[in-house]
Amino acid sequence: MAETIFFYLFAGLALIAALLVVTSRQPVHSVLSLLVAMFCLASLFVLLGAYVIAALQILLYAGAVLVLFLFVIMLLNLDRETLARTRSFTLRGAGTLVALALGMSLVRIVARAMAGRSVPPVPEQTGTVERLAQLLFTKYLLPFELTSFLILAAIIGAITLARLKDSDR
Amino acid sequence: MITLTHYLVLSALLFTIGLAGIMTRRNVILILLCVELMFNAANLAFVAFAKSLGDPSGQVIVFFVITVAAAEVTVGLAIAILMARRLSTLNADEVSLLKW
Repeated sequence: MAETIFFYLFAGLALIAALLVVTSRQPVHSVLSLLVAMFCLASLFVLLGAYVIAALQILLYAGAVLVLFLFVIMLLNLDRETLARTRSFTLRGAGTLVALALGMSLVRIVARAMAGRSVPPVPEQTGTVERLAQLLFTKYLLPFELTSFLILAAIIGAITLARLKDSDR
Repeated sequence: MITLTHYLVLSALLFTIGLAGIMTRRNVILILLCVELMFNAANLAFVAFAKSLGDPSGQVIVFFVITVAAAEVTVGLAIAILMARRLSTLNADEVSLLKW
C-alpha cells in the first residue's frame, strides 16, 4: 500500500517537473525543475530496489550534470533580449502534436504488450554494490573499460573546443 | 499494486515530454536538458525491467547510460559556449553553418 502511494506521489511530481522543464521561460527554472524530476526518479529507483543506481543518479546527474548546466547558463549570463530571441517556439503546435501522437502510441503499445501477460514472480533481487560490481567486472568488463575511453575523448574534446582561438578558424 | 506496466507508462510519458521539448524549444541548452530528460525516461524503463525480470543487467546498463550522458553534456555544453561566443546566439535555428 505504501508502495502505491509513493509511486503515484513521485510519478506525479516527476511528470509535473518534466512539464515545467519544457514550458518554463527562464533556463535556470528549467534546470531546477529537471533537478526535482531527477530526485523523483531516484526515489522511484529506490522503490524498484536499485539502490546503487539511485545514489549514482543523485551524485552524477544532480551533482555533476545539472551543476554544469547551471554553471554554463550563469557563465553566458544571457540578457533579456537574447533570451527572447531563443524563446520563439518554431512549429510549437506541430511539434507538440507529433510528440503527443508518439506518446499515445507508446502508451498503447506498452498497455497492449502487457495486457495478457502475467509476469512470473521472481526472487527479490536488489541492486546492491556487490551484485552490480560482480556483473560490471565480469560480464560487462569490456564496455566498462570502453567507457573510460569515451570519457577521455569527451574531456579532450571539451578542452579542445574551449581553447579554440579566433585565429584557429 | 504497482506493476511493470505502471513504470513503463510513466517512462513513455516522460520520454514524450522530453521529445516535445526538443521539437518546440529553440535554445540549445534547453534542447540538451530535454535530451537528459529522455535519457532518464529510458533509465526508468531499464530499471523497471531489471526488477521484473530479476536480472540486474538492466541496472548495469543504466550505469553506462549515465556515463554516456555525462560525456555528451560535457561536449554539448562546450559547443553551446562556443556558439554563444562566436555567433552570439543560442538559437538552434540561427546556426545553419552546416546547411548546404
